[in-house]
Amino acid sequence: MSTAFLHAFGAHLPTRVVTNAEIAARLGRTPDWIENASGIRERRWAASETSVADLAVAAAEDCLQRAGIEASALGLVIVASGSAPPGFPGPAATVVARLGLEGTPALDLPMASAGALFGLALASQLTERFGDVLVIGAEKMSAILDAGPLDPNTAILFGDGAGAALVSSRVGRWRILDAVLHSDGQFRDDLAFDWASPLRMNGLSVIMHASRKLPSAIEEVLARQGIAAQDVTAFLLHQANQNLLVRVAKALKVPPELVFSNVARYGNTSSASMLIAAAEWSRENPASGAVIFSAFGAGFHWGALLAQSV
Amino acid sequence: MPDSTRRQRLLGVLKTITDKPIPADDAESLFESGLLDSFALPDLVSALEAEFAIKVPDRDLNPRKFDSIARIETYLEEHGA
Repeated sequence: MSTAFLHAFGAHLPTRVVTNAEIAARLGRTPDWIENASGIRERRWAASETSVADLAVAAAEDCLQRAGIEASALGLVIVASGSAPPGFPGPAATVVARLGLEGTPALDLPMASAGALFGLALASQLTERFGDVLVIGAEKMSAILDAGPLDPNTAILFGDGAGAALVSSRVGRWRILDAVLHSDGQFRDDLAFDWASPLRMNGLSVIMHASRKLPSAIEEVLARQGIAAQDVTAFLLHQANQNLLVRVAKALKVPPELVFSNVARYGNTSSASMLIAAAEWSRENPASGAVIFSAFGAGFHWGALLAQSV
Repeated sequence: MPDSTRRQRLLGVLKTITDKPIPADDAESLFESGLLDSFALPDLVSALEAEFAIKVPDRDLNPRKFDSIARIETYLEEHGA
């Protein structure tokens, strides 16, 4: 039995709302086309001076407040981001400094959309050794959009934001039961960004793989714990595209309303999206039953994590 | 080698995936012709697996392999369907 628990989630979204109407003409699309293709109606973009670390710290502070602990109680901080500026150190060093921590280890996961899921799974294994672990997914995807001209089918998707989760070996609201993680580097060029050229996305490949790998990973972790998809209270997935979320629900044979969605309001915020979804879902719903976290992203990396209310 | 029965079954699968006209040219891209979009492609692969009792492994999840009727027929033939 796992001794890792999820205590609280936090989120931060920039205040600037960017509607489909604002970007449609520039991309040669209509607002309705964007919504039909993605389910996205608007997204948030951070100010030019706002950094990935700024977004991460704001989500961290929200999570710590909701968990009722001080930053000084943290034993490890993990920061996932695919849009942090290149070079070193990554944003994790800035985050722990801004949280007032000296000597607390901080780990960057430069993984994009699956980063927060991998961070949660790592945290569930590391919390007994390090104590309370803060997992953050933070993205300034608008910086990637600014870095070069994108295929309109890709440029419509992205928003900025950050989410956070506190994982502890102390008993909390949800016990982490199990997690499965997978990577397959042979498709690494199908979704990639290096700051030297525009983001590349082979949408056909990404959707085809995500449509199969997300349900497969979820079924894998559920089967390992003897739980049916129909017995899961909520599915908190990377918010890539509403059509993909509906497809996952269909594949799992569960009602689509069980798959939490805020993609219409925030767009695809990459590694931040799953934890932003968890933060919103946990504020609106009691901690009851089994909850699935799942993500798929560049690499390809994908997986699923199962938690059960205590 | 052409297999008229397999071809008819393939066309039947395509008709269940989309209500749009099937391209007359077997080499025409099913994506560029508008017959399939990114969300119809996973449905097509799943339907092919069911109809022809095959398993498409992850390494074969390459859109180019399913880009035209000719390519799909080649894939099915190579996999004994």
